[in-house]
Amino acid sequence: MATLGIWIAAFLTICIYSFLYRDNPFYRFAEHLLVGMSVGYIIVLTIYFGFIPYAWTPIKNAVTGETSALGFLTLIPICMGLLFFARLSDRHAWLIRYPIAILMGISSGIMIPNALQTDIFAQIRGTLGPYSVIGTLSAFEIVGAILMVVGVVCTLTYFFFSVEHRGPIAGISKVGIAFLMIGFGSAFGNTVMGRVALLIQRVDFLINGWLGTIF
Amino acid sequence: MKQQVPLVLCFLFGIVMILTEFSPHTASQATYKEIANWGRVISPFVFVLAVVTLIQTHWTRIQRRVEHWQYSLVVFFGMIVMVVAGLPYGPQHPAFKWLFNNVQVPMDATMFSLLAFFIASAAYRAFRARTFEATLLLLTAVIVMVGNIPVGDLLWPDAASNARQWILDNPNLSARRGIILGVSLGAISQSIRIILGIERSYLG
Repeated sequence: MATLGIWIAAFLTICIYSFLYRDNPFYRFAEHLLVGMSVGYIIVLTIYFGFIPYAWTPIKNAVTGETSALGFLTLIPICMGLLFFARLSDRHAWLIRYPIAILMGISSGIMIPNALQTDIFAQIRGTLGPYSVIGTLSAFEIVGAILMVVGVVCTLTYFFFSVEHRGPIAGISKVGIAFLMIGFGSAFGNTVMGRVALLIQRVDFLINGWLGTIF
Repeated sequence: MKQQVPLVLCFLFGIVMILTEFSPHTASQATYKEIANWGRVISPFVFVLAVVTLIQTHWTRIQRRVEHWQYSLVVFFGMIVMVVAGLPYGPQHPAFKWLFNNVQVPMDATMFSLLAFFIASAAYRAFRARTFEATLLLLTAVIVMVGNIPVGDLLWPDAASNARQWILDNPNLSARRGIILGVSLGAISQSIRIILGIERSYLG
């Protein structure tokens, strides 16, 4: 079974790399197979890690008396979920607005305090934190702390469109662009390295994992 | 009925989630947890709808015999194989795990590694150091890449990886913090608009 797995994986890997030459039936086969298998995989995971523990089990436990009748509350989100299927009927498609509105309300309500705590306060604390222990920092670290504040303020100024970017604001915003370019450059560098690491791993598999079993 | 009720529901659920988050009372925390779990209950239904749409799309392709319709059969084949292998006995079943490890993971990894070639060719075309900003982008990318590989430290012992780390920890982090703060402020203001019913585009 292990050898069969290696051969299938090698065949599909070569099928996908064949796209480097040009679009062809082998690539299209692997591409569509990947779509189908990914969907099938998510169906199984959604049922076992989503539907069964969060919808089926609470109702079952409430019916058998293992938990309190509060388990029946799960019927509310189940009904909301079923309303999504109204989209399949032209006459009743408007009913989908109810679950969408409730979900939007829930996610917006969760988002506001969470974004404040994790993104706003935590990021400001991280930016200004070094100044509370500035006496213990080396000269190099102090430069880093100053650079951090300058970078954050300039980047935010670049995204601040309520005032016209002229005069000193234009200058600050230009510095913000420089910081953004450094941020995008490092993101690009890390992405390339990640993809190249994957490429090396696949080539290693083809040479050692697959051809190694033949020769 | 079609417009006002959804807006009222959105407002009520939004306000309840905000208030219960800030109240330490047991009942309040239980309400918050219960409603937050609703999302997990609803998401499988949304996913089923997405799968139904995918099946409809590919079924139509097969029925109309459009170009490359045969590959839609491959989509169904892959989906059915995974569901048959995983649904009766769960995702821990050896057959399901075998398919995942020997078919899906290699294809996923290969598909993403393919991007290495396209990124390289796109970078060759886009990374012309014509302006100061483009030069900065190019230089940062080169330093981060060289600092990531053993050759970098072989050519410039410690300097390459230290320069990379300094860039990631200082100017890169400050730019990211600026972006995160901007995005969060935008998300918060958008959430307030949604709860108050000012933003209604999601109603269609």
